[in-house]
Amino acid sequence: MSDITAEHVPTEAREQQKVAAPGPWAWARANLFGSWWSTAVTLALGYVILRILFAALEWGVVNAIWTVPYGPTGIANTAVCQNAKGVGACWAVLADKYRLILFGRYPYEEQWRPAIVVLLFIGLYIVSGIRRFWRKELALIWIGTLTAVGALMWGGFAGMPLVTEDYWGGLPITLILATFGLAFSFPLAVLVALGRRSTQMPAVKMLCVVYVELIRGVPLISVLFMASVMFPLFMPPGLNIDKLLRAQIAIILFAAAYLAEVVRGGLQALPKGQAEAADALGLSYWKKTGFIILPQALRLVIPPLVNTFIGFFKDTSLVLIIGLFDLLTMGKVALSDPPWQSFSTEVYIGLAVIYIAFCFAMSKYSRSLERDLNRSRAR
Amino acid sequence: MSQTQSGSQTLAGPPAIVLDKVNKWYGAMHVLRDVSLTVAEKERVVVCGPSGSGKSTMIRCINRLETHQEGKIVVDGTELTDDLRALDTIRRDVGMVFQSFNLFPHLTILENCTLAPIWVRKMPKAEAEELAMSYLERVKIPEQAKKYPGQLSGGQQQRVAIARALCMKPKIMLFDEPTSALDPEMIKEVLDTMIGLADTGMTMVCVTHEMGFARQVAHRVVFMDRGEIVESGPPNELFESPRTDRLKLFLSQILRGH
Repeated sequence: MSDITAEHVPTEAREQQKVAAPGPWAWARANLFGSWWSTAVTLALGYVILRILFAALEWGVVNAIWTVPYGPTGIANTAVCQNAKGVGACWAVLADKYRLILFGRYPYEEQWRPAIVVLLFIGLYIVSGIRRFWRKELALIWIGTLTAVGALMWGGFAGMPLVTEDYWGGLPITLILATFGLAFSFPLAVLVALGRRSTQMPAVKMLCVVYVELIRGVPLISVLFMASVMFPLFMPPGLNIDKLLRAQIAIILFAAAYLAEVVRGGLQALPKGQAEAADALGLSYWKKTGFIILPQALRLVIPPLVNTFIGFFKDTSLVLIIGLFDLLTMGKVALSDPPWQSFSTEVYIGLAVIYIAFCFAMSKYSRSLERDLNRSRAR
Repeated sequence: MSQTQSGSQTLAGPPAIVLDKVNKWYGAMHVLRDVSLTVAEKERVVVCGPSGSGKSTMIRCINRLETHQEGKIVVDGTELTDDLRALDTIRRDVGMVFQSFNLFPHLTILENCTLAPIWVRKMPKAEAEELAMSYLERVKIPEQAKKYPGQLSGGQQQRVAIARALCMKPKIMLFDEPTSALDPEMIKEVLDTMIGLADTGMTMVCVTHEMGFARQVAHRVVFMDRGEIVESGPPNELFESPRTDRLKLFLSQILRGH
């Protein structure tokens, strides 16, 4: 807390702060009620914040409706919610629709499979995040998990009926697009970044420059359109590459171009002497790159890398325009059910919570990673 | 302190490094003009000259950190060309120490020293570590092995850099202004390390302005100016009775600076 405030408080105040006894009251007096002007702002902002907070609590908790009765035909009777509209939230919509939103049109009684897939993904993220596991075996864990994900989703063996991609939807689609997308685009990005800096192979360099500039020059939506509408036109009849796969490849290519520029930034920031010292020791190009250049360059670009990761995690929702049912799209689908049509606020809040959980975890982790890595090379 | 004398005669062993009419341009700038120099095995050569005289460029051409455009460079019997295999052999046998140390900041001191022996010389890890520790002892900092470069002083870092180069068991050592980036009180510890190395009979080419070191260690001093070798000879001769005006001017500037 103190280093956040230290930036905003003038030096004199910071010194006062040091002299004053530590504790919340001293902190408040120094930072919130330091002057007449500061006190006025604190009171005004405090009033506004409290009003909003109480209104939100009243709407979201006190007056909220959690369940609704169901009619004899199984159709929800949302009259209670309709009456409470504007006064209290209708969380019953999430209670009613959460499985549709999370797992899409996946056969209802088979939805334990996508549920396990989501848990597998989360487990994979956690294991990959622990530095103790950063070994060669981690690559095997990734391959194993991603294979298991595919097997569970498709099924067709061990008594699990086959479920084609047309029925996939919701959170697994979002996680599949994001995870496969980053897992493949990151290595590609590193290669493109290295290629773009190559002095020995002008043709490769040219190719990398054209690739990056081309992809960066068009919006993701148009790349997705291209993959879903135009690409099949050029395919020989009979050969049909699945829509999900095409979208996945489009996302990989798109993300790689952006990540490549981030990685290139790191490569450029590294002093030339590092590469020279590696050369002078006789290390080959790939050993030099793997042991000396990349570990340092990637460390430098953790914040922009994670920034791009988070951006692409959310950008996967754009696949709705080519008819894939990711998490966000499933929210929209859930809202098309007549009784629930007017409760979009509640559904979108629910979706936002899921997106925030994943994105916040990413940024929180990147901060701790940066701190850990920098500790080892403290000056 | 040692057998190292201000050698007044040039060693006449088989040549370790031969530069024959080497020319190099940076764009329109002619940075090396017909540079010819032969360094014998076990010979110690100090290269001096004003900044921009091409002395660093010349030494960096010897292990091809810079490429020359004309002329011939032969190191340890292998000519430097675009052939990458030949280059690998040469870099394995030629150690280099840089002005700015260039230690790898993300690796410990020990890892800095063992990386190349393990991955280039294919040495087993335990053996490489043993070797590294023996060299770290020789440069008198074995106790820092587990630290990172950023935690060491400049002089210590440069001694690690020397140990790192020695771990590859090179036949030739190149020094590119090894003490120029150091605070005065740290220069001596690095020079002492280099004098110790000279005592082992290592072939050395050293770009430096440390005239005391040149007198004590060098068999021969080469004076460069504007991309060419102007004068060369045993240190005493060169420093006491410079033949050219350019060297006289340079020496007067160096001495005024000290």
